[in-house]
Amino acid sequence: MSSGLKRDRRILAGLATAIGMIPFLINNPYYLTVLNLSALNILTVCGLTLLIGYAGQISLGHAGFWALGAYGSALLSLKTGLNPWLTTALALGFTLAVSAGMGFTVLRLKGNYLVMATLAFNLAVYFFLVEAEELTGGPPGLPGIPPYTLGSLAFVTDLAAYYLIWPVVLITLFLTFNLVHSGEGRALRALASGEIAAACLGINPRRYKVLAFVLSAAYASLAGSLYAHYFSFISPKTFDIFFSVELVAMCLFGGKGSLWGAVLGAGLLTPLPHFLSIFDEYRDLIYGGLLMGVLIFFPDGLSGLMRKLYGRKAP
Amino acid sequence: MSESSLFLQFLFSGLTAGAIYALVALGFCVVENSLRIVNFAQGDFLTLGGFFMTTFLLSLKIPWPLAALCSILAVGLCGYLLERIALRSAKTHDPLTLIFITIGASIFIRGLIKLFWGKNPRIFPPLITGEPIRLLGASLTRESLLILAVGFFCVTILHLFYRVSRSGKALRAVAYSPRAAALIGLPVGFLNSVSFFLAGALGAVAGLLIVPVTGVSFDTGVILGLKGYAASVLGGYGSFPGAIAGGLLLGVMEALVAGFISSGFRDVFAFALLFCVLAIKPSGLFGTHEEERV
Repeated sequence: MSSGLKRDRRILAGLATAIGMIPFLINNPYYLTVLNLSALNILTVCGLTLLIGYAGQISLGHAGFWALGAYGSALLSLKTGLNPWLTTALALGFTLAVSAGMGFTVLRLKGNYLVMATLAFNLAVYFFLVEAEELTGGPPGLPGIPPYTLGSLAFVTDLAAYYLIWPVVLITLFLTFNLVHSGEGRALRALASGEIAAACLGINPRRYKVLAFVLSAAYASLAGSLYAHYFSFISPKTFDIFFSVELVAMCLFGGKGSLWGAVLGAGLLTPLPHFLSIFDEYRDLIYGGLLMGVLIFFPDGLSGLMRKLYGRKAP
Repeated sequence: MSESSLFLQFLFSGLTAGAIYALVALGFCVVENSLRIVNFAQGDFLTLGGFFMTTFLLSLKIPWPLAALCSILAVGLCGYLLERIALRSAKTHDPLTLIFITIGASIFIRGLIKLFWGKNPRIFPPLITGEPIRLLGASLTRESLLILAVGFFCVTILHLFYRVSRSGKALRAVAYSPRAAALIGLPVGFLNSVSFFLAGALGAVAGLLIVPVTGVSFDTGVILGLKGYAASVLGGYGSFPGAIAGGLLLGVMEALVAGFISSGFRDVFAFALLFCVLAIKPSGLFGTHEEERV
């Protein structure tokens, strides 16, 4: 086991302990809601880091995959009465199929064209959700989504959802750390630093790009399903392209080169707008200004900054 | 109205919308042709143009040609400042990071607009008035004609500027290789600022044309910016004739789908088609080279 993986596991264990304790210190349900949202964003941004930081590809369409997970699972459980756990898995399978199909066609594109294709995917999904009212409930949204249950326990309260969502996120993080420290992870990283060089080393760029794309779509789909069954209400507004942009902003803000960047970026930027709502008038100014400032002065994001301060190498 | 004149009517409205998309797309192309990044604040330049015009025209009572000129210069200055202050200070050349700096700037500009002009939509009267022109049973408003004329005027001027003038050639040299351009003594930073000034000015022109038709509020530029970006990608990113072709095609397609199939599904079709075009021809309709950078 590499020392990097050991270090990451130690930090992750510390984080898990802290996460487990927080509800004993904070019992304001609003704060717990924000923490749960942060967890879901961490999950998604983690996948994006694999795609952007490791495989060197860009997507401004991950809110679309989030929507597939949310609407897929919600509609299945509402229309067929299947158990939410099962519908989550089915929605995940559907997203895997869609993203693999997209991966093979769209990942041929580069730069601007890839950005636009993923944006177009997101916009098409969004406008479909808005317009197909008989199926999706249209702009007013889809209410009454059943919660996850375990025996007689239903995960409806913020606290119960907290102890469902965070373990899922932490386990995924654990597995993702294993992935990036494995041979496959190093192959992905090689892809980001130079596609041609990586190909010369016998790494099949296509295969690894599609792998990263499908994985990141799966994370987003899982986050979407968890979101839908937790809030029991979803509407298309949540899944517009601004959410996709926000997700990538979190990835860059935290630092795209490291999974800890995903945790930092999503963990800090998710609560920020809620916190800034006290300064309603200046919200956009502060958010936009902060995003610009960090990216201008610390282009490697917060994790890059910390690396510089502590002189450590990131995973 | 007969089927054919109905078709013509949809065609006209599509061309008008398309000319606006094309103007926004030109702004994207100008930046692509020097700094080689996507400037997501382009749509907000349009919004700024509209708001400056309402202030100059309605609050300060400046006659409209002068007010239009002032708005164009003011937004051009905003573009210049964006490049000079934000992008040039950036400690990286990573295109994705630079692009997200422009996204941060876009959010920031919307915050400023809300602060100065408030959240309520505004509008100013049409710059030209007159009876619509009847043509084969369809009618074409004078405003539409103006929008189309200005669109073609801008693309011609830009094309000549970039192909013939020395400054235009210098800008293209910077796009080709900033380092080589600097080595032969071109002021690369200044030229990048110039292209952002041009992008701002073009955004303002689009704003001046569209606001009398639709009004302007702080988020007007968001969806128009996206459509403009889509148009420029459709035409082949960075190509001026491509931007015009992409814009008009997108506008006409939307109008026809809205008219003959369903107005609600207009945007679904537009973006699904764009997706298909990209899957089949990855470099857009007029793109020639495989795009390496973002």
